[in-house]
Amino acid sequence: MAERAFSATRLPGFATVAIVVFLALYAPIITLVVFSFNDANSVAVWGGLSWRWYQVAWENTLVKEAAVRSLIIATSAALIATTVATMAALGTTRRAAFRGQTAIYVIINQPLMVPEIVTAVALLIFFAWIKVATGYQGLGYLIAAHSAFCIPFAYLPIRARLEGMDLSLETAAADLYATPWQAFRRVTLPLLAPGIIAGAMLAFVISLDDVVITEFVKSGGQDTLPTYMLGQIRRAVTPDVNAISTALLALTVILLTAFFLLTRKRD
Amino acid sequence: MPNADLYDHGRAAGGWLVNKDVAVEVRNAVKAFGQGDSAVRALDDVSVDIRKGEFFTLLGPSGCGKTTLLRLIAGFETPTSGEILLDGKDITQDPPNRRPVNTVFQSYALFPHLTVAQNIGFGLEMQGRPKAEIAAVTANMLALVQLGPMAQRKTSQLSGGQQQRVALARALAPQPKVLLLDEPLSALDLKLRKEMQIELKRLQLETGITFVFVTHDQEEALTMSDRIGVMSAGKLQQIGTPREIYTSPLNRFVAAFIGETNFLSGKVEPGGVRLPSGDLVEASGTEGRSGQVTLAVRPEQVRLTRAGEPGALAATIANWVYFGTDTHCHVTLSDGTQVVARLQNPASGESGLERGKPVALRFAPGAAQVLGD
Repeated sequence: MAERAFSATRLPGFATVAIVVFLALYAPIITLVVFSFNDANSVAVWGGLSWRWYQVAWENTLVKEAAVRSLIIATSAALIATTVATMAALGTTRRAAFRGQTAIYVIINQPLMVPEIVTAVALLIFFAWIKVATGYQGLGYLIAAHSAFCIPFAYLPIRARLEGMDLSLETAAADLYATPWQAFRRVTLPLLAPGIIAGAMLAFVISLDDVVITEFVKSGGQDTLPTYMLGQIRRAVTPDVNAISTALLALTVILLTAFFLLTRKRD
Repeated sequence: MPNADLYDHGRAAGGWLVNKDVAVEVRNAVKAFGQGDSAVRALDDVSVDIRKGEFFTLLGPSGCGKTTLLRLIAGFETPTSGEILLDGKDITQDPPNRRPVNTVFQSYALFPHLTVAQNIGFGLEMQGRPKAEIAAVTANMLALVQLGPMAQRKTSQLSGGQQQRVALARALAPQPKVLLLDEPLSALDLKLRKEMQIELKRLQLETGITFVFVTHDQEEALTMSDRIGVMSAGKLQQIGTPREIYTSPLNRFVAAFIGETNFLSGKVEPGGVRLPSGDLVEASGTEGRSGQVTLAVRPEQVRLTRAGEPGALAATIANWVYFGTDTHCHVTLSDGTQVVARLQNPASGESGLERGKPVALRFAPGAAQVLGD
């Protein structure tokens, strides 16, 4: 009898560990979702099923404004970050390896490595100068900040997609009389599209739930959904936060599922 | 080696003439990669004329510069110095999309998001040809490579051999002046490769397009080509018909790379070359040579005869290997040199070969060839 290959699933206690881990990951989220449908005034005592807190949240103009602001920022940041990331990915992969390539990867992915709080403080000070110099107070600061830290999240799936694409595809297009623009438009872009969409969705989700940088950069009256919720919870834990969180969760799950389906396709 | 020896036409006294029979002319092409002392010369002063309508093969081991030369003609690389002419027109600086030259890539490089028909029509579409013409040419091409029923498939649904045909049809559809083929058969298995060799030759004859074919496979080169350019270390070592390359190799590299060869050293004397064993061998290519030279003799041109025959080289049988159609007999000359003779097997009976048996060698007339350095 040949010995069977090592398998973690046959280690003693595997099932127990798995259950504990899944409970730790999902029990709080399940509780949150369940209690968002709670009819009672408390976040801890169950009082029957209802849409009550969703209604409360929906009728709260502050929540609605914060939600719209969040969507504006996340959409703008995703668009800007994805555009920049696509250009960066094309520049770093559609050519032979070059000196300094690793350094460029590190620079592009810098927001993943620098502690977020450091970036937040740096942006606070930097934007303060600009505010003084220009007098501009709008959402532009938040959009700029979010775009910057979303770039690596958009860059990674786009680069992964490009690295799986034979460099000779564009060469073949050029050989078949395509101008550089035609080669990009007709060959590179259609093949890259799933990567770009995946990158944009990832950037959108990352922007949507950012707290730290937003908290530092926002001016008065510029709460996003997460910072609004943080503010609420500081005063009192109200069940409408559960409802807003569950709505955010649903949106994120839908986008991430689409992300995985798109990146998995055509492999 | 003097480059002028390689030329059999095209260079009239005192200048460059536009030769109507020449499709591609490469003049003194140099391609260096890297800079300064670490620069590598992938192509080192290569000049060649490729004639219209011929099947020209660039043959050489990997890293010899054959693919670089192909990429230079396609326009994917620019030469460090030198010129490329197409139909007498200088195209050295033209980008690939402005050269009426198409390539069949080693990896095929088919567009995975397009159908077979869209792949084949791509070149024509980029040229801005009318839709009706694209459809007609695509249909013709599909028929030419026998892929009609596959027109609407995605290329990923095709077998390797079918993908190869799509790549060919795609490159032929815009009717290029020259078709470049970069080791297109290397990814196919042996049987398919043999079929595609015949197929390629047929397509070349039917379309009349000049083919420039890159390969490291000597058999492929010998069977398909009108002429072969043998490359090594960034230089063209010899240009000639398959027969010329095989029977009259110019130097040791060509002789060793194509087929099997016995190398014998000796001294040029009146009437032939004197081997260390003292025997005088009649050889071609002694004119203008003196001193030590290397002789090349193909194993199938070596004959074994009875020991002691006058004028033959005394030898002993060291070993022999049976191959079915023939037997490779390894013999040792009196000075210790090993020579291989390829002997056709008799229809029946024993070969009479025995290890240690004294025999004599004779080379077929004109078989012994003095090599250049």
